[in-house]
Amino acid sequence: MEAVISVDNLAVILDGKAVLKKISFTVNTGEIAGIIGPNGAGKTTLFRALLGLVPLHAGTIKILGVPPHRIKEVRRRIGYMPQNQSFERRFPLSVADVVAMGLLSPESLLRPTGDCRERVAAALKSVGMEKYGVRPFQELSGGEQQRILLARSLVRNPTLLLLDEPTSGLDFPAQQQFYEMLLRLRRERDLTVLLISHDLLSVASVADTLICINRTMHVHGHPGEVMQSPGLKEAYRCQFDLLRQTGRAEESER
Amino acid sequence: MSELLSFGFMRQALAAAILVGLLCSAVSFFVVLKRLSFLGAGISHTALGGMAIGLVFGVNPILTGCLFAVGAAMAAGSISRIGKLSEDTVIGIFYASGMALGIALISTFKGYYPELFSLLFGNILAVSTQELLIIAGALVLILLFFTLFFKELLAICFDEEMAMAGGLPVRALYLGLLAAMGLAVMVSVQLVGAVLVAALIVIPGATGYRLCANYRGMLAVSLVTGLLGSVGGLVLSYFYPVPPGAAIVLILTVLFAASLLLRRRLGVSKQDK
Repeated sequence: MEAVISVDNLAVILDGKAVLKKISFTVNTGEIAGIIGPNGAGKTTLFRALLGLVPLHAGTIKILGVPPHRIKEVRRRIGYMPQNQSFERRFPLSVADVVAMGLLSPESLLRPTGDCRERVAAALKSVGMEKYGVRPFQELSGGEQQRILLARSLVRNPTLLLLDEPTSGLDFPAQQQFYEMLLRLRRERDLTVLLISHDLLSVASVADTLICINRTMHVHGHPGEVMQSPGLKEAYRCQFDLLRQTGRAEESER
Repeated sequence: MSELLSFGFMRQALAAAILVGLLCSAVSFFVVLKRLSFLGAGISHTALGGMAIGLVFGVNPILTGCLFAVGAAMAAGSISRIGKLSEDTVIGIFYASGMALGIALISTFKGYYPELFSLLFGNILAVSTQELLIIAGALVLILLFFTLFFKELLAICFDEEMAMAGGLPVRALYLGLLAAMGLAVMVSVQLVGAVLVAALIVIPGATGYRLCANYRGMLAVSLVTGLLGSVGGLVLSYFYPVPPGAAIVLILTVLFAASLLLRRRLGVSKQDK
């Protein structure tokens, strides 16, 4: 399988502080890879490094075959969904306006937007929100807003999706719906997905591989292996046994 | 009304009110969406230093104030990002420093500056043709900037991180927005003065934001509010003994208060129910 993302010995220093060091992993075509780690582990910085938004101190990154400083060559093939606190929830936009913002790029500067209704409608349909185009974005629930932001990241028909905590703030059913939709989209659109999540159990259930970091690389592999790995406990600097907790839940169900 | 328009100075003032009303309400739209209200208020006070330079050296204080305000707005934006401080913190420093510079410069030179009072509290009735041309020039420049980059500016107001990842020149657009705000604040000083100008660049946008769930409606309400406030205040001050600057701000305040009541009665947003 072809590597869509390859990161080798990456180090990022911001304001004199090593935010990331010795990070290495690959994500292959069609995979869903989950990035996990405690708060402040540098997960979002890793995304920013992939997108060329922060300078690399050491190491190399290749995303869709190009290094981050040439990201503009492949930007149209990347869909990005930032953390949900990056936007103002009560912003006066319609749902279609929010999705259409995903079409903005340096190439669209000083040019009329043109008719993007079909692309917006297709993106909304793919997340099951085709009837919501004219609705005010501010009046949607948190789960619905997340779907719209996912539609925004899909509007350019990307081959790679970067999702930064897409289910944070959602209740359990909304999280499950979101992940089911993600699996369907991966199947329908041949997407490769890299997603950050704090919810270890949920992400382990949908991801093909997990990458656990805490400033540095701790463990990378199949979710089953990662969840039992001592590297996971090292990264979180605490003693816990997720599998045992899951087992207890199953026992009580019986 | 026809009596009002029979005076040359009133026609001049009315033209200034329309231009500034349009200019400030367009800027106000972005100021509210990007949460730059305090920055706008601070810039007007910071610019006192620039106006004082003009007064003391015999240059049009609006021109020197414009340069100072645009520079201060862009510097506040840059310093806050480089120094990882909020814009509010930086403008809190600029706010006092600019005023201190103004007071220091003015006190260094002997003599009385009647213009100083009008710069602080506005004197639209004394607007000159040259000042009218400056306001019109600023309006054309700012509207051109907004028209060319409207969708991109809206995108950075909504989600800067996403705009950056999409490759938009976020920093340049943001600095452009700050420069537009600084320019709008300064050319409006003639109308309501440095002390009250914050109302003109905050209230129209805030009224639109309260009333509308879509930016198109918000922009329209903002423009109408700005025009009603600036022209209405001027007309009110002609018939009643109220200074135009204060009358404009009071009308704007009433319009904003009305928007609060309307919003509640109409129940536009689910979140307010």
